[in-house]
Amino acid sequence: MKDNHMKGTASNPKIKNILILAGISLLILAVTSVLIYRGDIDEYTAQILTLGGINVIISLSLNLISGFTGQLALGQAGFMAIGAYSTAIFVMQLHLPMAPAIVIGGLVTALFGLLIGFPTFRLKGDYLAIVTLGFGEIIRVIMINMESLTGGAAGLKGIPPFSEDYTWGPMVSFIWVYVFIVLTIFLVSNLIKSSPGRAIISVREDEIAANAMGVNVFYYKMFSFTVSAFIAGIGGGLYALFFGYLNPTMFNFMKSMDFVVIVVLGGMGSITGTVITGFALTYLQEFLRILQDYRLVIYPLVLILIMLFKPSGLMGTKEFSVGAIFQKKKNTLKGGEAQ
Amino acid sequence: MGFTQEFLQQLVNGLALGSIYALIALGYTMVYGIIKLINFAHCDVMMLGAFAGFFVLSAYGVTPVTFLLSFIVAMLICAIIGVVMERTCYKPLRNAPRINALITAIGLSFFIENGARVLPVIGPNPRQFPTFSNVNYNIIGVNISQVQILIFLVSIGLMLLLNYIVLYTKIGKAMRAVSFDRNAAFLMGINVNRVISFTFAIGSALAAAAGILFSSAYPQVEPYMGVMPGLKAFVAAVLGGIGSIPGAMVGGIIMGVAETLTKGFISSELADAIAFGILIIILVVKPSGIFGEKESEKV
Repeated sequence: MKDNHMKGTASNPKIKNILILAGISLLILAVTSVLIYRGDIDEYTAQILTLGGINVIISLSLNLISGFTGQLALGQAGFMAIGAYSTAIFVMQLHLPMAPAIVIGGLVTALFGLLIGFPTFRLKGDYLAIVTLGFGEIIRVIMINMESLTGGAAGLKGIPPFSEDYTWGPMVSFIWVYVFIVLTIFLVSNLIKSSPGRAIISVREDEIAANAMGVNVFYYKMFSFTVSAFIAGIGGGLYALFFGYLNPTMFNFMKSMDFVVIVVLGGMGSITGTVITGFALTYLQEFLRILQDYRLVIYPLVLILIMLFKPSGLMGTKEFSVGAIFQKKKNTLKGGEAQ
Repeated sequence: MGFTQEFLQQLVNGLALGSIYALIALGYTMVYGIIKLINFAHCDVMMLGAFAGFFVLSAYGVTPVTFLLSFIVAMLICAIIGVVMERTCYKPLRNAPRINALITAIGLSFFIENGARVLPVIGPNPRQFPTFSNVNYNIIGVNISQVQILIFLVSIGLMLLLNYIVLYTKIGKAMRAVSFDRNAAFLMGINVNRVISFTFAIGSALAAAAGILFSSAYPQVEPYMGVMPGLKAFVAAVLGGIGSIPGAMVGGIIMGVAETLTKGFISSELADAIAFGILIIILVVKPSGIFGEKESEKV
């Protein structure tokens, strides 16, 4: 526990930290956007970056429930599908502007998360994995059968993209997705550091102990799962507006597995790890398109090997943090005095 | 055909399908009972069993003798696969957090399915499963096919055999002891590793038999064929009370009957969704299942 006299000054570095992070985010955003606009990053690479960003958002949602809360969910593609279809329908039929449509799409998805989570979390055990797995499959069947709303198996065409303009288009899509990544990272990292976030982590570490300490295990599992569904829904909404076309087969079980691989490889419980592997794997995937069939063999093999030999993944539960770097510098300047 | 007759017909179909689900569910429930792990790869063992049977039957033709041979070969191969799976992938994770073992299980399942797709001898395309010609017997207006009779005979036989092994043999007693309390069983001098491997072997052999029966009834084999029956069998195991052997048998039968009745009287599209609906209902109403005991938490 930190000393009490630290508390008074604690808010100041916190704000500094946020400002620095916001500055860095803006810098990355500006530089990448200009590079995309000038054509230094070609349209194809820009698309991969955008797609990578969407994968990062949905993987972060999975990391929240599986990495931080310790409950394996296997139906993230199903949530993504709900978010994607509802955003598309809000934009196409109710002519909502894009930003509110994406957020409402996320809320609709969160409602589904609530409905699934309620019966599942009432009991101990690994039922979430199988329930979300089943849900992911069922939602696809429903999408295929609700032809009037979703276009059925033929898919939903003509979703207005972020920008129709040829030169601006790739950049605009990138900026949209990037803004949502930053918001998602901000949401998840602050959630984890907050009091409910600590409770969520305590549920992962030891349910019985958490319960004994007065943490309402059921409530926090539900909370984490609903927020996770909300974020996945937002990722789906971005996906719909980025591609302009939706088909139920896009959201199959393989898609859910992609996110599981990203989270496990990056480190369950590390936001930084998920961001890095999210971009890296999306890029590799495009790069190794020739190996399409083998990818489906290599991915699960990677999962098994990580679990057997390095279950912490790339980053474990470590995070990149500006504050920590500054703190280290200060400590080395002051020498042993800081301790 | 009157309503009663139609109902009886669907009931017979459901019982046949349900016996197959029961055979698969037994593997899920025994493994869960003994190491508290949902073995996602179990349904893929069933697929491998079906392919083993497929190769034997297409090589030697369909006669009662080759059919018996296909069962023996498939069950042996799958028992070995099950043990190898347990030794290489699950054993090192026995003391790891449960989510790690779950991820390994799902990875393994995915690996077997897609590995089979890539493998030239199996490949991604569905193949016709050689089976008996479709002879129907009419008993008081209800049609029973030869394959259905075979399903009843084999599954009842295997379940009786399993019952005998679990209740009246030394290894069965050891299995019950390990599932009751692994550490205490270990202290009593039971070779826990051997018992767990044996459990995987039996479960996988039953899955292999189920695979052959399933592909005889729906004569097609392909790498993803195990997924849906596997999911339904798991629901059956939960319905019966996961960890309970009679529970898995009863749960399987109920699932099969519920599915064919839905197909026959409501809508065939809903048949797959009904399994999921049943799972949600059990989780809400009676999470411990029909035969499950309410477990108190142990620290």
